Amino acid sequence: MSASLATVAYIGATILFILSLGGLSNPETARRGNLFGMIGMTLAVLATVLGPRVTAAGIPWIVGALLVGGSVGLVAARKVQMTQMPELVALMHSLVGLAACLVGFASYVDTSVQFTGAEKAIHEMEIYVGILIGAVTFSGSIIAFGKLSGRIGGKPLLLPARHWLNLAGLLIVIWFGRAFLQAHDVQSGMTPLIVMTVIALLFGIHMVMAIGGADMPVVVSMLNSYSGWAAAATGFMLSNDLLIVVGALVGSSGAILSYIMCRAMNRNFISVIAGGFGGGAPAPAAGGGAAQPAGEVTPVSAVETAEMLRESRSVIIVPGYGMAVAQAQHTVYEITKLLREKGVTVRFGIHPVAGRMPGHMNVLLAEAKVPYDIVLEMDEINADFPDTDVTMVIGANDIVNPAAQEDPTSPIAGMPVLEVWKARTSIVMKRSMASGYAGVDNPLFYKDNNRMLFGDAKKMLDEVLTALRG
Amino acid sequence: MALLIGVPRETAAGEKRVATVPAVVEKLVKLGFRVAVERGAGDAANFDDDSYRAAGAELAASAAELWAMSDIVFKVRAPSADEVGLMREGGLLIGFIWPAQNPELMQQLAARKATVLAIDALPRQLSRAQKMDALTSMAGVSGYRAVIEAANAFGRFFNGQITAAGKIPPAKVFVAGAGVAGLAAIGTAANLGAIVRANDTRAEVADQVVSLGGEFVKVDYEEEGSGGGGYAKVMSEGFMQAQRAMYAQQAADADIIITTALIPGKPAPKLITAEMVRSMKPGSVIVDMAGEQGGNCELTVPGEAVVRHGVTIVGYTDLVSRLAKQSSTLYSTNLLRVTEELCKNQEGRKDGTINVDFEDDAIRGLTVIKDGEITWPAPPPKLPAVAAKPKAAVAAPAAKGHGHGAGEPMSAKSLAIVFGVGALLFALVGLYAPASFLAHFTVFVLACFVGYMVVWNVTPSLHTPLMSVTNAISSIIAIGALVQVAPPLDAAGGADRPNALILGLAVVALVLTAVNMFGGFAVTRRMLAMFRK
Repeated sequence: MSASLATVAYIGATILFILSLGGLSNPETARRGNLFGMIGMTLAVLATVLGPRVTAAGIPWIVGALLVGGSVGLVAARKVQMTQMPELVALMHSLVGLAACLVGFASYVDTSVQFTGAEKAIHEMEIYVGILIGAVTFSGSIIAFGKLSGRIGGKPLLLPARHWLNLAGLLIVIWFGRAFLQAHDVQSGMTPLIVMTVIALLFGIHMVMAIGGADMPVVVSMLNSYSGWAAAATGFMLSNDLLIVVGALVGSSGAILSYIMCRAMNRNFISVIAGGFGGGAPAPAAGGGAAQPAGEVTPVSAVETAEMLRESRSVIIVPGYGMAVAQAQHTVYEITKLLREKGVTVRFGIHPVAGRMPGHMNVLLAEAKVPYDIVLEMDEINADFPDTDVTMVIGANDIVNPAAQEDPTSPIAGMPVLEVWKARTSIVMKRSMASGYAGVDNPLFYKDNNRMLFGDAKKMLDEVLTALRG
Repeated sequence: MALLIGVPRETAAGEKRVATVPAVVEKLVKLGFRVAVERGAGDAANFDDDSYRAAGAELAASAAELWAMSDIVFKVRAPSADEVGLMREGGLLIGFIWPAQNPELMQQLAARKATVLAIDALPRQLSRAQKMDALTSMAGVSGYRAVIEAANAFGRFFNGQITAAGKIPPAKVFVAGAGVAGLAAIGTAANLGAIVRANDTRAEVADQVVSLGGEFVKVDYEEEGSGGGGYAKVMSEGFMQAQRAMYAQQAADADIIITTALIPGKPAPKLITAEMVRSMKPGSVIVDMAGEQGGNCELTVPGEAVVRHGVTIVGYTDLVSRLAKQSSTLYSTNLLRVTEELCKNQEGRKDGTINVDFEDDAIRGLTVIKDGEITWPAPPPKLPAVAAKPKAAVAAPAAKGHGHGAGEPMSAKSLAIVFGVGALLFALVGLYAPASFLAHFTVFVLACFVGYMVVWNVTPSLHTPLMSVTNAISSIIAIGALVQVAPPLDAAGGADRPNALILGLAVVALVLTAVNMFGGFAVTRRMLAMFRK
């Protein structure tokens, strides 16, 4: 295959990738979009393998690597549970990051491509930046994976003077970057490159360690973005437009997701990355004097909950991370089905940051066979709460906190929330009265029209289901 | 020592309610109390002695015996002079007392050194008092019953129907006064299918009327009628005139009028004149729920149903008693909540002792006599400073665009900064970068924009598939590894190329990306297959 033919194939693959992302605007077209993506990827890989840059000697290696990696990937994709999607995605990001690092090193030690002058400087800068991003993505994603799968505690780790640590790291990276560019041969350039890689790895670890559980949607989408930029940097390094385009697509997609997540929490990107809600200062306590919600909660039993659900005409269910943890989505669907058979309108209200990944709740509900046309976004459903008889909040806290609107001193003031308290009755399922991730007490629990159903979400929902059937 | 709660039979004529039902007896026993019930106390409300005994109550043969043994007495109606005479010195009494209307009773009770909690003196503005609010629960029952009485006296269907025998228009119901009773009546009548209109001097109840399926009729006159504590106040003469005009109009049109207008401590306002009754269609019904305070209609005979000018005017004063089982159940639950409040400060001990705590606003309001000392009226409760006002102000900015595709234009200043920084960066690139880099740079910038445009159109419910598919696509980095595995080498460059090292790195990278590539697409496929209508 000639170089021009390979290039044309790359353009075709690029178009297919764009169509693939475009298809996701609607669940109907999304399946086709995914297919476009697969075709695009096949096209790109075939064009490369059959193209002028790969000789026959490499084919066995390539086939072998693809077989090994591919089968591992397919098995993982089949085995993973939908509640574990965030972990899987984080782990996959780390693979991209690591691959970018390896390709970067390989490219640096490859002496068969020679540049001079500004081109050499730019090429080396591309390698340097590519490895930097790759290393940050790799270590950050590994930590994110650890946090999401519960192997590492969800609490933000806040080192003293952590901003200074980061700044120092950045300065060292720049300084070694200069040394790297001035190096004359591969051996002398290797030291700064390795030092930088180690610092980048540490930086990735530190960055994600400092971020708490509920900020995870931002981190996961940010790492998604980084893995794209790593691919783009590799593309620059190898003068490959396909890599650049795809990297840019993925990078901007991740960036937009991060932006949407941040806006849904009414926080700015920098403060999320800088880590730790409230920055470790006891802001909630300080502002809490006046905002301390007084009153008492009204607990209900599962049987009473079932009674309320049966007698209502419209129900909105608001799921949160607690539903994912308890694996309760299937029971939720059974309840939904039963209520719908009885003529009750059941809908779902999804907050953009519910769960640990953008769209996490939608996937869980889809897995439980909940039809997607009754799963609505916050903006679509917020106006409907006043006409709703019962709102059931399952394992969510901050995203339904009225303090965000009512109390300007609250740490989450201004964050868009689902206005569940406007429904005639709201039922909150919760393990205990512990406050949410943000450490903010939730005045919703003390509202007159709110009932608390304490206990494990799965167990309680099972009891509700039994009561509904009985 | 566990206290004994006594439930006597109500002695007032026509009173069928009982202060405690068997289900509540069980809960009181769980709180650690002993409960005694006078024989036959629940008969009129269909609760027999056996069910009380089964719930754990003792039975007292006579009223005298019961009053003598009880530390605490639960009553519905205010006790008669005889009953006060039976009361144990220093005992506790909970029930309706109406201290303003019954000063003599108050003196008698004080003379017995009693502690008296008047359920009607509850500070209703405390939100946590709602569960104890017997006035509300009783009003709800009577509002329901008023509609049933009206339906009983009315000769037609409530709901409109189209039958083979012709079209039946729905009944038109007008409810005067949208308090708890009025709202219950509105909801009941609307559920029966009638067209319901309602009026109240307090404009803020309009939403509640509408939410129950009624239509709010305004009086054409500007004046706010909220008198505090959930009651209306007396209105000005100009308002009264406009109101009369409106009532006259509604009376001529409506089939059924239900009046619930009460002003505390005053005779009920006469809303429906004889003239208006005469203007009504024959067969129409008026249910006057204010019968006990003289009635809202001039022609009402308290306690009776009469026909005047072809209109049935129901003036029953015992609507609640006519639904004795329901109202007893609700009332006894209210008393149970009061009891729980009294036990609240006993550090969780469930030993059937109580504490009349004057620090507690609700208890303070309820208590009209403590240890023989009249403590009524209570000072107004200390309400928590409610931040209702800033709510509207904060809610407005919170409502601005978020989620998907709702970005508002940036401010001119930040736009200028973005453009400035962008121009500077581009200038730097243009000054120093070689031509070959610029070609790639062009592609890169354009691709960022394409990505931006495409991704904004992705529906938020597909954000997880978006992440997994972009993740799969980013394994395009495999190309970088592919070209390093075994490139065609010319003699010059290939001489000192560390082939084995590069091959190793590239193959490892290839394995990693292959995991990603196949896994990412497969898991996306699996996810998308689950999304269904």
